[in-house]
Amino acid sequence: MLVYFLRRLGQSLIAIIVMAILVFIGVYAIGNPVDILINPEATQREIDATMQRLGLDRPLWEQFFIYFGNLLQGDFGRSFVYGQPAMEIILQRLPATLELAFVALVIAIVFGIPLGVIAGLKPDTVLGKSIMGGSILGFSLPNFWQGLMLILIFAVLLGWLPAGGRGPTTEVLGIRVSFLTWEGLRHLILPAVNLALFKMALVIRLARAGTREVLLLDYVKFARAKGLSERRVITVHVLKNIMIPVVTVLGLELGSMIAFAVVTETVFSWPGMGKLLIDSINLLDRPVIVGYVMLTVFIFVFINLTVDLVYSGLDPRVRAGMRNE
Amino acid sequence: MSDQTLPAQKPRGAESPLRRIIAEFFESRTAAVGLVIFALVAFVALFAPWISPQNPYDLSQLDIMDGTLPPGSESFTIGTYWLGTDVQGRDMLSAIMYGLRMSLIVAGTATLLALAIGIATGTAAAYFGGWVDTLIMRIVDMQLSFPAILIALILLAILGKGVDKVIIALVIVQWAYYARTVRGNALVERQRDYISAAQCLSLGHGRVMFRHLLPNCMPPLIVVATVQIAQAIALEATLSFLGVGVPVTEPSLGLLIANGYSYLLSGRYWISFFPGIALLITIVAINLVGDQLRDVLNPRLRK
Amino acid sequence: MSDTVIEVRDLRTHFFTRAGVLPAVDGVSFSVRRGEVLGIVGESGSGKSVTGLSILGLVDAPGRIVGGEIMFRGRNLTELTSHELRAVRGHQIAMIFQDPMMTLNPVLRVSTQMIEAVRAHEKVSKAEARQRARDALGRVGIPSPDERLDAYPHEFSGGMRQRVAIAIALLHSPDLIIADEPTTALDVTIQAQILAEVQKLATETGMALIWITHDLAVVSSLADRIAVMYAGRIVEDGPAPQVLSAPLHPYTVGLIGSVPSRNRRGAELAQIPGMTPSLLDLPEGCAFRPRCPRALDQCRQPQPMRLLKPRQEARCCNPHLEPLEVTG
Repeated sequence: MLVYFLRRLGQSLIAIIVMAILVFIGVYAIGNPVDILINPEATQREIDATMQRLGLDRPLWEQFFIYFGNLLQGDFGRSFVYGQPAMEIILQRLPATLELAFVALVIAIVFGIPLGVIAGLKPDTVLGKSIMGGSILGFSLPNFWQGLMLILIFAVLLGWLPAGGRGPTTEVLGIRVSFLTWEGLRHLILPAVNLALFKMALVIRLARAGTREVLLLDYVKFARAKGLSERRVITVHVLKNIMIPVVTVLGLELGSMIAFAVVTETVFSWPGMGKLLIDSINLLDRPVIVGYVMLTVFIFVFINLTVDLVYSGLDPRVRAGMRNE
Repeated sequence: MSDQTLPAQKPRGAESPLRRIIAEFFESRTAAVGLVIFALVAFVALFAPWISPQNPYDLSQLDIMDGTLPPGSESFTIGTYWLGTDVQGRDMLSAIMYGLRMSLIVAGTATLLALAIGIATGTAAAYFGGWVDTLIMRIVDMQLSFPAILIALILLAILGKGVDKVIIALVIVQWAYYARTVRGNALVERQRDYISAAQCLSLGHGRVMFRHLLPNCMPPLIVVATVQIAQAIALEATLSFLGVGVPVTEPSLGLLIANGYSYLLSGRYWISFFPGIALLITIVAINLVGDQLRDVLNPRLRK
Repeated sequence: MSDTVIEVRDLRTHFFTRAGVLPAVDGVSFSVRRGEVLGIVGESGSGKSVTGLSILGLVDAPGRIVGGEIMFRGRNLTELTSHELRAVRGHQIAMIFQDPMMTLNPVLRVSTQMIEAVRAHEKVSKAEARQRARDALGRVGIPSPDERLDAYPHEFSGGMRQRVAIAIALLHSPDLIIADEPTTALDVTIQAQILAEVQKLATETGMALIWITHDLAVVSSLADRIAVMYAGRIVEDGPAPQVLSAPLHPYTVGLIGSVPSRNRRGAELAQIPGMTPSLLDLPEGCAFRPRCPRALDQCRQPQPMRLLKPRQEARCCNPHLEPLEVTG
């Protein structure tokens, strides 16, 4: 187990380093770092000072080590727009994005898995077919337009929920969250649903495919032959087996939800780091962009690693496979 | 193979595989409807300049007095604005036709380029194996572990705006899917006798790859390409909506939707709504076709 | 007969596929008495497994029982509600499947799978159910059952896994066990151990056993009676020694002839010519007719089951009534 963990950790570190090198190439080698890293409105003296601080007057390989050293310290430079360290600004926005992504993930699982299992158990009924039809629609709906339609229906036409913004937050363990107050929750619902619908289609498909596959297996027949109730067969024997692929995929998708939060956050003016990224791209605030990229890469690699470990915890066969290695 | 199996195969071989695939494809009514809708959409996009009621980007044809009229309003110039007008008095129906054209051109071009790159790298990886394979597949794996939208956003942050930049971003995002598909199938095909036979005849690498290996990788590639073109259309629309895609002067559907965003909140829904419907119809139609193609072209699912 | 455990009459289970209706089981009748072992023998696709699944109402869609009766303890199982049938499954009739790798749920501990089986039919505490599970494992010869109970199925060998499946089947001391090729996936030596074990348990408990297999060698050592199935029908039914030494139906003869035997070493192994017919396109009359060396014109008529020798029936109009000559 430990060997396996260490090897995965090593692979993850390599992935981060490679991404750092690619970003370096993108920013320093292809683009003009002076343009990218220094505020276009800076004076010549400021430019010279920054160039010296960032070591842009030195040879490329030396620059790389300076860049890398700064990365290790989490130093991505100062935001041109806010004048604060880029990472600080991003980290301030991180909790809002994480809360959105987590709530969306929970919604996707809580509604997606039962719907998928039902569609898998009764594939030829009207109910099963409508669930699948809905999931095809969910796959095809462009997420940003779906968000606009949610706003149109629930905020503009019905007036039930606010159209955007985060609303009031409560501080829990130093992290500001929305879901503890009614008003905060009201602001959270539409963006979270919008982000969740995107993944729910996937959860439904996975759960349905898994259910249909598992139902044909002998151990389900054997479980029925033991005289178990249909409920126990489905909630224990079928569900536990389909949970493995679903959890694996969903865990990996948490990263993509954080990335896709960019769209939802922009539509709903949700003050997360995705909206920050878009604003930064439009304002050419490059230190923030680089910081966002590296942080997201880190989150991704971290999630992949965690999912691997959780996956091995869920499936005893994988645990055994690792012991044998 | 024994002689006995040959006569049994004959009646199947007599029917051309293409004809069988077409016949099986149309067994599903939804897929047929999807194909017809897609053909219609493509037709509208292709001939937008000739069939649209007005040229929405010729300012002399626009009347600012007609701004944000609801669907069905009458005009003095082109008859009824069936889908309403935007803030500049532009007929939304015409704008959608032009936007669709832009969306399909960008996504189509990107898909074709990505397909070409993916096929070349994927076949090379499978054919040469060794370090070529390792290198290409490492890049592919790494890229596929990050969501497309993230990669596209980063690229556009570095490259800047513009139709060509969007196409480059879409190509870079997509090529890995094709490379992986081609390599996977080519590896299977490579084991087959006919490749060894071709190599024994000492045909050139290129000839073996493109005349022998590739045709056998086509069915799964077509399925992936269908799914990917829908993805490309959606991704381009998203990027344009976020303001990092195509320029304002050549709007795609995504940009049209973004333009209507602020009017949506005051109930003037049509500026965002109808371009979205056009986008949705296009993507659903392609996905329906793709779903059926997957069933028809996948030999494992055939009885 | 009062000691008849189960009586199946004219059972028909058909599969309604897009290609047409497959009569997988088409008019099967047999009965099993207390303590008796019935071997149902046939090639794959002959309907023997579907027969077993039909008894417990476990046939998956698009399959469905379309006719016949399954009389068990005075009740017709085909008419029970799903709730009533569930109470019979695993309690009075248990089933063991072919592949022990596949019958135990890979992600649940053996203890979980055994305890749930106990508690599906008896309201007992978890601890008591666990005790019962432990005893059952001990009874089928699993060493140190206490430790093994909390293992996952993949931690057992194939043979041990099948013992676990048998232990689960024995939990409620059922009146009947249906074993669907339970030794096919196992090594020959393990096969023999399991066979011996089952035989011992069957005599000890007096339960009836239906042993479904394609392997004549297996039933010959175990079964009291043999029913031979071909294309959804029983073509021969009789006491095991009689069916094996003096088969009536040409198909049974072919089946016996294709088993390698020590007595006929060096002789060429007989094959049955041709292939099993597609259930979609069965020949009229006797389904074996196109492959039968003794086929007559009247074989085109439907063949009823006829008592041709004492207690030995066959569905054939030109049976082997003369003593079987050994070829070669």
